[in-house]
Amino acid sequence: MAKSDPNAPKRLALIASKGTLDWAYPPFILASAAGAMGWEVGVFFTFFGLTLLKPILTTQVTPIGNPAMPMKMPFGSDGFQNINWPIPQMLMTNVPGFNALATTLMKQMFENKGVASIEELRQTCLDLDVRLIGCQMTMDVFGFKREHFIKECEIGGAATFLEYASEADVQLFI
Amino acid sequence: MVDVIKEDQILDCSGMLCPMPVVKVSKAIKTLEIGQILKMFATDPGAPPDMEAWSRQTRHELMYSTQENGKFVFFIRRLK
Repeated sequence: MAKSDPNAPKRLALIASKGTLDWAYPPFILASAAGAMGWEVGVFFTFFGLTLLKPILTTQVTPIGNPAMPMKMPFGSDGFQNINWPIPQMLMTNVPGFNALATTLMKQMFENKGVASIEELRQTCLDLDVRLIGCQMTMDVFGFKREHFIKECEIGGAATFLEYASEADVQLFI
Repeated sequence: MVDVIKEDQILDCSGMLCPMPVVKVSKAIKTLEIGQILKMFATDPGAPPDMEAWSRQTRHELMYSTQENGKFVFFIRRLK
């Protein structure tokens, strides 16, 4: 496929379709890294990914349904931090607030290791002129309005994304 | 070699993980004049390959990279 402008910078087009903490990282990391390399970047936020455009982010991670998730503690001695706790599924499912606890621990672990927060990465994307596009159809389905999302984002549909992606060098669905 | 190159600005990305070192470098390089040199420190083991990729993509020159006191050190020249 020939680009209409051969001198145009490289372009990355991403679809962010999930709204959990673990799935929020890949699109924002790739978008900010590409922006830092001088690429044009557009991210289309659809379905649960659309919630990543809310002003206050409440992303959570759930160990339920993620059996590969390491269950480690972000404090204590190195030996203690390296223990992968074998927590039974029954317990994770039935203890109220388990997701909130797992989310708090994971955020703490990320902070300890020097990983930027989702909020920081999203702001970095905005600073690098990454286009953040919210899905109109998802808004209609879940009853969201324009004012529920950050003012910097655009709203568009499948055609908007496809036109942008058709001239992209890298396209990924996340 | 490290002592020969004279940097114009220093950026410390110690403790930061991907993608922050390349993000910080891309911001810092814009504050330099063309031809000036940025010295960057990082501890992320992913930084050496990422800085090489960043340099190829942005066409800024990764002049020299080494390790110093357990840290990765990069010298980058703004080319455009």
